[in-house]
Amino acid sequence: MTWNKARRKIVNAVMLSLTGVCTLVAAGTLVFILGYLFVNGAKSLNWDFFTKLPVPVGESGGGMANAIVGSAKVLLLATVIGVPIGFMGGVYLAEFGGTIFSAVVRYVTDLLNGVPSIVMGIFAYTIIVAQQKHFSTMAGGVALGVMMIPIAIRSSEEFLRAVPLSLREGAMALGASKSKAIWTVVVPAAKAGLITGIMLNLARVAGETAPLIFTSFGNSFWSPGWDKATAALPVMIYTYAIGPYDSWHQQAWAAGFVLLTLVLAVNIIARMILAKRGHVAR
Amino acid sequence: MSPSSTTVGDARPSFQNGGRAQSFAKRLRAGDEIAYTLTFLCAFAVILVTGLLVFELYGHSALTRQKFGWSFLVTSTWDPVQGQFGALPFIYGTAATSTLAMIISIPLGVGAAIFLAELAPPGISSGLTFLIELLAAVPSVIIGLLGVFVMIPILRTIEPGLRAVLGWTHLFDGPFYGVSIFAAGVVLSIMILPFIISISREVILAVPNDQREGALALGATRWESTWDVVVPFARKGIAGSIFLALARSLGETMAVTMVVGNDPKIGHSLFAPGYSIAAVIANEFTEATGDLYQSALIELGLVLFGVTIVINAAARLLVLTTTKKGMS
Repeated sequence: MTWNKARRKIVNAVMLSLTGVCTLVAAGTLVFILGYLFVNGAKSLNWDFFTKLPVPVGESGGGMANAIVGSAKVLLLATVIGVPIGFMGGVYLAEFGGTIFSAVVRYVTDLLNGVPSIVMGIFAYTIIVAQQKHFSTMAGGVALGVMMIPIAIRSSEEFLRAVPLSLREGAMALGASKSKAIWTVVVPAAKAGLITGIMLNLARVAGETAPLIFTSFGNSFWSPGWDKATAALPVMIYTYAIGPYDSWHQQAWAAGFVLLTLVLAVNIIARMILAKRGHVAR
Repeated sequence: MSPSSTTVGDARPSFQNGGRAQSFAKRLRAGDEIAYTLTFLCAFAVILVTGLLVFELYGHSALTRQKFGWSFLVTSTWDPVQGQFGALPFIYGTAATSTLAMIISIPLGVGAAIFLAELAPPGISSGLTFLIELLAAVPSVIIGLLGVFVMIPILRTIEPGLRAVLGWTHLFDGPFYGVSIFAAGVVLSIMILPFIISISREVILAVPNDQREGALALGATRWESTWDVVVPFARKGIAGSIFLALARSLGETMAVTMVVGNDPKIGHSLFAPGYSIAAVIANEFTEATGDLYQSALIELGLVLFGVTIVINAAARLLVLTTTKKGMS
């Protein structure tokens, strides 16, 4: 009997410590990734990275200025496409919903969110690149924009729902129409959450590489306008990392450092703002 | 979203009827009808986009679907020059890398979720969860970068040990060049770990305290209460988190492409280079000359889409039934 009790106590202690070890491994991986990237990336980073174009193979130096601008343009386009649709869709679900239709929309939104990003790339390719017969900033923006829609919908719905019902009732008691109540009372009340949601959404698609490979493609030079192939930071990391040259690898580390710093900074700030809510859309 | 969201909707009849009591013209003037129509269209856009996505993938893969039929999925010759396309090596590679990733990350993830939900003091738990969720935000291409330059050298150092301990399984036969099914599986496991942990933690936290107290009152140890009572109670949600992670790992592209070796072969060794569906699309799409070649790659995309949609649909249902809140 005592042996059995001792055994149970030992199992208890061993298993509980094992779960702790699992946690340490998971958290340790992140610390390791961050540490390694920051040390290596910071070493390779210099001012030229932000101001110069990539140099031809064999020359040293150069930067990724065109890729930084390219990424910014693609993300801007994605925001213009994804956020309004997502936000309005979220308003529908939160304010007009409650029907079977909205349940269907929610479910489909979640499914769309789970579609692999490479498939989204094919989608943008077939509807834009295949029609125009050339790669463009536009196509990359559409690919990422479509990817932003599901998260934009779910996060706007969530933040709008968090606004107390009494605010809506108060506005309508003062004679406001429903739409007026939404635009002048509910949306402003949820503003902080809505903007944080957009920032997190942007941070997620900012690192997407797969949908850009065959939509915005790549470019060693500047890409004026929206109609030409453009370089983008994540694609550059990919190309340079698998390339055979040491100088490329250095550039890839630097680009990885810049990208990860931006993505994590946005995530940390957004999660701190949302910390009290305890739940983040992903 | 969930049962709770429907109840919120139901609790608002006064708010909704307030608008209906007015005449159509008045509502139109006040902008209610316009707002309704506009937001409805945007919500509908999601269904439209999903429909269009299926339509485009299906339509653009017509060539290979007609030429090869179902044999596309079960033949293993991938020869763009001869116009022969069989998807089996890629399906095998995707399945093998994802299986390996699941074998590594399920025990680690569920273990960590148990620790974070049941044992760790709230402060430490939320701090660590924050850290682990940040891991989920690291872009896939950066994991790939580290995979190429950091993880593969580490795997090389543990390679002899693996052979010595698990050599009898023949899973680790042949030379190890670094890039391999094995490396891809390890990289994937790092990427899906945060999903398993954060969702499982949430469903375990949602288990009512009565369950724990009941078990402890009957004399169970902390571990027994957790493993025999709490975890079974949350099993559907945990299974859901595992399915979500699986869907993600099947569709994961960049990190896998960078470390899997990109060689369309089927072998029994995890140390051999392989290929995955997502990786072959990423690598060959831009250079796919000819409609048949492109159609084959798009059909691979269609296969990937179909599989992930089914797994996701199952996972969402599982998670919905355990946490009232569901996923967002």
